[in-house]
Amino acid sequence: MTRLGEYFATHWMDYIWNILRHLEISAISVAFAMIIAIPLGILSTRCHIVEKISVKFWGMLRIIPSVAILIVCIPIIGTGIVPAVVALTILAIPPILINTTQAFKQLPESIVEAAVGMGMNPREVFFQIKVPLAFPIVFTGIRTAIVEVVASATLAAYIGAGGLGEIILTGLGLMRNDLLWLGGITVAVVSLGTGYLLNCIYKQATKYQRV
Amino acid sequence: MAIAVEFQDVVKRFPGAGYNALDHVNLKIEEGELLTILGTSGCGKTTLIKLINRIHEADEGNIYLSGTNIKDIEPITLRRGIGYVIQQIGLFPHMTIYDNIATVPRILKWDKDKINQRVTELLEMVNLPPEEFKDRYPGQLSGGQQQRIGLIRALAANPKIMLLDEPFGAIDAINRSNLQDELLKIHRQSRKTFVFVTHDITEAMKLGTKVLIMDQGKIQQYGTPGEIIEKPANAFVESLISSGHVDTNYVRNGEGI
Repeated sequence: MTRLGEYFATHWMDYIWNILRHLEISAISVAFAMIIAIPLGILSTRCHIVEKISVKFWGMLRIIPSVAILIVCIPIIGTGIVPAVVALTILAIPPILINTTQAFKQLPESIVEAAVGMGMNPREVFFQIKVPLAFPIVFTGIRTAIVEVVASATLAAYIGAGGLGEIILTGLGLMRNDLLWLGGITVAVVSLGTGYLLNCIYKQATKYQRV
Repeated sequence: MAIAVEFQDVVKRFPGAGYNALDHVNLKIEEGELLTILGTSGCGKTTLIKLINRIHEADEGNIYLSGTNIKDIEPITLRRGIGYVIQQIGLFPHMTIYDNIATVPRILKWDKDKINQRVTELLEMVNLPPEEFKDRYPGQLSGGQQQRIGLIRALAANPKIMLLDEPFGAIDAINRSNLQDELLKIHRQSRKTFVFVTHDITEAMKLGTKVLIMDQGKIQQYGTPGEIIEKPANAFVESLISSGHVDTNYVRNGEGI
C-alpha cells in the first residue's frame, strides 16, 4: 500500500492523464461508430441488400479479436491513437448497427400512419416521430458499444496509445501487483460508471414509457 | 347544399387481389353530413376514405373535394386540411397530450396563444379538464380517453372534413356508447362533414345522417338510416339489417341539415 501511496505522490498526474486518454479514445471510437452505424442501420431498413451485406460484414469483423486488429493495423497506419481508434470503432459498430436496424423496423405502423395522415411531410415524420420512437433501442445499442469499448480500450496501451492499459503494462513490466490492481480496478470503475451514467440518461429520456 | 366530396367512377385495385377494392364508385357527400360507411371487412370501406386523403391513389376516376380535383392538391397540403382518426388511435407516445393536439396547428405555424386557446377549448369539449390532462402522456390515459384525444387532435386545425376509420372499434361497449354520443355532439356543433367507417350496424344507424352500405367494392345502398331500414335496396342490405337487431329508437333520423 505504501508503494501505491508513493505512486500517487509522484505519478498522480499520469494517473489522471491515463483516465482522460482512455475516455478520449473511447469517445472518439464510439462517435465514429455512430456516424457509420446509425445511417447504415436506417438505410438497411429501406434497402434489404444493404441490410444483408452490412450485418454479415460487421458481424464477421466483430469475431476477430480487437488485439489482432490492433496488430494488423500497425504496419498500415503505425502506432498511437489512430490504429486504436480504428480497432475500437470496428468493435463498436455491430451493436449500434443491429439495434438501429431493429429500432427502425419495429416502429408502430399505426403511429406512423397517423403522422402521415395528419399531413406531416417525410422530414417531419422522420425527425418528430420515427427518431424519438426509435431512440430507446438505438441508445441501448450505443450503451452496449460504449461499455465494450471502454473495457477494450485497455488494449490500446499495447501500441502506445496510452490510457489505463498503460498502468497495467507498467505493472506487468515492473512485476508490481499493486499497479495491476490499480489499473484493473480503475478500468472496471470507469466502465461501470459510464454504464451507470448512460442508464440515467436512458431513464430520463424514456420517462414517458413508465408514467 | 354544396357537395363536400364527390367520387366519379372511381376504381381502385390492389396488386394480387382478384377483384377491385373499389369498383366504379360514384358518390356525392353533401357538406355537413355525417356519412357512415357500413360493410364487412374487405368490402372497400377503408379504401374509400383512404383515397380521400390520398393515402391510396385511385387507379381510375376522379375525386373532388369542394369541387377541386384532389389530384391537383399536393398530398401533404391536402392532408393538413382533413382530420384523420384511426382505430389504433396512433397518439404519439413520446409527446404530451398538449403536444399531440397541437401537432397540425404547429405545422401550420399558428401563434402560441391561438394554439393554447384551441387546445383548451378542445379538451373542454370532450370533458377532459385541460389543467389535469394537457401535460400527461398518452400512456397515462384509458383507451376511451385516448380516442377522445385522437378525435380532438384531428379537429385541432379546423379541417373542413373528418375521416374516421372505425375509431371506436377497439373500445369497450360502455365507453363506445359515450364516445358515440360525444361524436354526435361534436358533429352537431361543428357542422363539418364527417365520413365514418364502421362494421357495426347499430353504430352506423345511430350516428349517420346518411348511411352508405358497401359490399365487394360496390355501393349497395346509399340513403338515410330510415330509408335503409324501411326500403332495403337488395337482398344483401336486407340480410345485413336483419342480422344487426337495429333498435329503431336509436336511429338518427329526420334531423335535417
